[in-house]
Formats: sequence, structure tokens, C-alpha cells
Amino acid sequence: MGILFPSQEWAEAMKEQINSSDAYRNAAKNWEGDFYFVVEGTNPPDIIYMDLWHGECREAAYTNDPNFKNPEFKISASYDKWKKVLTGQLDPIQGLMTRQLKLDGNLIKIMKNVKAAQELVRCATQVDTEFRE
Amino acid sequence: MWFFTSPEIAFGEDALSYLEQLQGQRAFIVTDPTLDQLGFTEKVAQHLRSAGMEVAAFPEVEPEPSLQTVRRGVERMKELEPDWIVGLGGGSAMDAAKAMWALYERPDLEPEEISPLFPLGLHKVKMVAIPTTAGTGSEVTWMVVLTDTEARRKIGLGNRELTPTVAIVDPEMSRRLPSRITADTGMDVLTHAIEGYTANFHSDFTDPLCLQAAEMVFTYLPRAVTKGEEDMEAREKMANAATIAGLGFGNSYVALAHALGHSFGSYFKVPHGRAVALFLPYTIEFTANGEAGRYQELVRRLGLGEAGSRKEAARLLAQRIWELAEKVGQPTTIAALGIAQEEFEKALDVLCEHAETDNAILAAPRLPSREEMEKLFRYAYEGKLVDF
Repeated sequence: MGILFPSQEWAEAMKEQINSSDAYRNAAKNWEGDFYFVVEGTNPPDIIYMDLWHGECREAAYTNDPNFKNPEFKISASYDKWKKVLTGQLDPIQGLMTRQLKLDGNLIKIMKNVKAAQELVRCATQVDTEFRE
Repeated sequence: MWFFTSPEIAFGEDALSYLEQLQGQRAFIVTDPTLDQLGFTEKVAQHLRSAGMEVAAFPEVEPEPSLQTVRRGVERMKELEPDWIVGLGGGSAMDAAKAMWALYERPDLEPEEISPLFPLGLHKVKMVAIPTTAGTGSEVTWMVVLTDTEARRKIGLGNRELTPTVAIVDPEMSRRLPSRITADTGMDVLTHAIEGYTANFHSDFTDPLCLQAAEMVFTYLPRAVTKGEEDMEAREKMANAATIAGLGFGNSYVALAHALGHSFGSYFKVPHGRAVALFLPYTIEFTANGEAGRYQELVRRLGLGEAGSRKEAARLLAQRIWELAEKVGQPTTIAALGIAQEEFEKALDVLCEHAETDNAILAAPRLPSREEMEKLFRYAYEGKLVDF
């Protein structure tokens, strides 16, 4: 039985996955920035918050409160698109370029940290995730 | 979901005369001083005047154009208020023209904000791209490469709205291209074709284009380099190959050889094509060593030989690229460029940093760690076979 996405348990499992990844730690050693990963389609939307700092996840949480934090980046997509990202079927950069994933934040900073983004997605795909029907 | 974008393409003998069929009032030609002195600007301007257009030119684009040059060009555009912008030259002139187009219509943007993620909403100006080399493919892509001269690094920008409206691929424009530049730009075409085929964003639409372009380079580049204008068939085939590769990689992206080549080329002032092609065999082997890259399929479809594994295919492909490079007088190591080892080692940190953050790596099938990046540069310096 996997961990339901999105949920507080999923956010914590993702945090654990990130913090146990040497590849992520190395790739993101210069990264400073926190994220909302927003699952669109419900009101209020489901949000996974992650504070990523020099190769480490300092905080991860699930929330429905858009004002829970004021993160530097927000990436929003429908549940189906997130499912495709988390199962490795949609490259997140390609998703952003085709606007299937919408970014609010400094794109240049993300584009300069592609390796970190890839490792982050790899961590996400390694969480044993159960998706909604 | 993915996209395939392309301009209308006029190609072949006398394609330049298609300019006379354009509808518009005012055209702004962006080119470089050498082409201007050689009469290219005037030749293009005559066709545009025949179409009833008022013409102004900005013949000030330097190799590896800077943001400052782009801003100067935008100021000149404002005086003319053109409805056509004409990028005439190699990648530098065409890319500068694209950036001017964007900033002319969107003065609220910083150049770094020209990204594929957000619509630009361009509607006032159309663009014609006329390549005078056979290499960059910029005439059919939405990508823009500028140079931050202070930081000695390339800045990759782009947006699908910056795909030129029309590309004019006339072999006459590259008739007298010096053999050195023919070789540099031709190897750029090969790098586009191979990286375009193996990039993560490849598709059924881009594969045949990349294969066709690679095949044409292996066949025609040696002739174009050695015979020059005496072999106009080879000239025309290389001009077409460059555009075909542009359609391929422009819709599937490039990869690691471009990231290393951009970083290295802008730091040591090595021409783009020479730099990216130098790294291509090393990055192919590195990619295959990580069990990534479609090299077996590529080698088979190009008829380059039989390979029993991905690594064997990568080695074979690298070998064929080195053979071609030698035929056309291209360096295959950094040392062969005459860069002293001490100077190279001193630059290594910056080279790695710029390569790691170059957006050419977006679609690379395998990404190196910092340690691997350093090794890649060092192996390319010495010409060692990549074993990691």
C-alpha cells in the first residue's frame, strides 16, 4: 500500500527521500528556495510545501491554505499532470515549456539548476505513491 | 504534448528573390560589418525595395553578440518602426535580430525574461532569416544565444514566438564562405543533428530530420571544405543540411556538447561550431557509459557500421566524428587549439560552473556531476577516451 498523494504523509516521505539522496545533495548544494506544488482542481487547492536549502529539505508540509507560506516559487498543474510527473511520464521541464505545468517565480534560477530539478523529480518517483482514482 | 515549429522556407537557387514577394512597408536589416562591406546588405535591400519597402540597416552585430548591441539595435528599430526585421548572416546576426524583435515589441522585458514558458504576445513585426553560413540553423529555430561579455558566458534565451516567419536558404549566400568557417559551421550542423536525435525531447517529427542532416554532413562537408565554390552542389547540400538540422534540434533541443562548447567557446573565444563539435565525441561516450542515448539506433540508421551494444555504438560514432573532423581540419582536443594546460586548469572551475548552468543541458540524456564535468573537460583537453 503506497502513500496517498497529496497528503502530509506524502510530504514527509518526500522530505525523507530528499534528505537521504546523495545525488540530490550534490546537485542542489547551491540551491536556496522554497516551493508550493499546487494541485489544481479543488477549492481550496491541495498544496505540498517544500523548503529546499543547499541540498537539504528543511521543511515539507501538506496544506489547503494558500497563505500557509509565501514561497519563492509556485508550480501548478492538474492532478493528472502531477501524476505523470511523479511516475516519470512527463519531464517537468517539458511540462513547463508546454505550459502543462505553470510556474510562478524566477524561471532563470530554475533553468540554471536543471540537475537539481532532475534529482528532485527522481526522489519523487522513488516515493511509494498511491494516486487517487 | 509537444510542438513542432517551423517558418515558411524558401530554398535553392535564387531563393533570395522571394524577398520581393513579401508584403510590408518598412524593413530593418540586422547584419555584421563584414557582410555589409561585402555588399550582402545592399543585395538584400534591393530585393526589399523591389517589394516597395523602405529599408534601414544595423550592420553592427559582432561575433557572439552582446546585450548592449541588441539594445542599440532596438533603439534604431524604434526610429524606423519596421514591420519586417531581417536577420542576415550567421547565428550571431540572426539571434541578435530575434532578440531585437522581442525587445522592440516588449520593451518592458529584461532580455533574460525571454523564455519559452510565457507568451510574449508579439504581433507588430515579422521576421525573415537569411543565413550566410551553413551551420547555425537559427533561421528556423526559436532559440537565441547572446553573450554576457563581462562574465564571458553565453546566455540562452528563446520563445516559440521568435521562430522566424520566413527562412531564405539560398546557396549563393554561402558561395564564398572561407574553408575554415565552412568546416566550423559544418561541424556545428553535425552536432545539432546528433544531439537533436539523442536529446530527451526528440520525437517522430525530429528524428528523420536529424538523420537526414547527419547523413548529408558526412557526405558533403569534406567536399564543401576542400572545393568551396567550385562545388556548388556540396554548398547547396550543406546549406540545406544546416536548415534541416535546425528544424530537428530546434524542436528536440541539444545536449551536453553544447553546454560544454558554450562554456568553453565563450571563455576562450573559440568559434561556436568548432567548440561544440570538439566536445561531441566525448559527451557521446560519457552519455552511453551511463546507459543513456540512442546511439545504437543512430549508428544503424546512418549506416555507419554494426555495433553490438550502446557503448560500442557510441565508440563507433565518436570515431566517425573524429575521422570527419580530421578530414576537414578540425581540432579534436583542447590542447590542439594551443591552449596552455596551466591556463586551462585555471579556467576549469568557471568552465564547469557555466556548463552546469547552461540551458543546453535541459534535454541531455545523462547529466554529469561536478567531478564528472571536470573529468570531461580534462579528457577533452588530452584527447582521452571517456571511461566513466
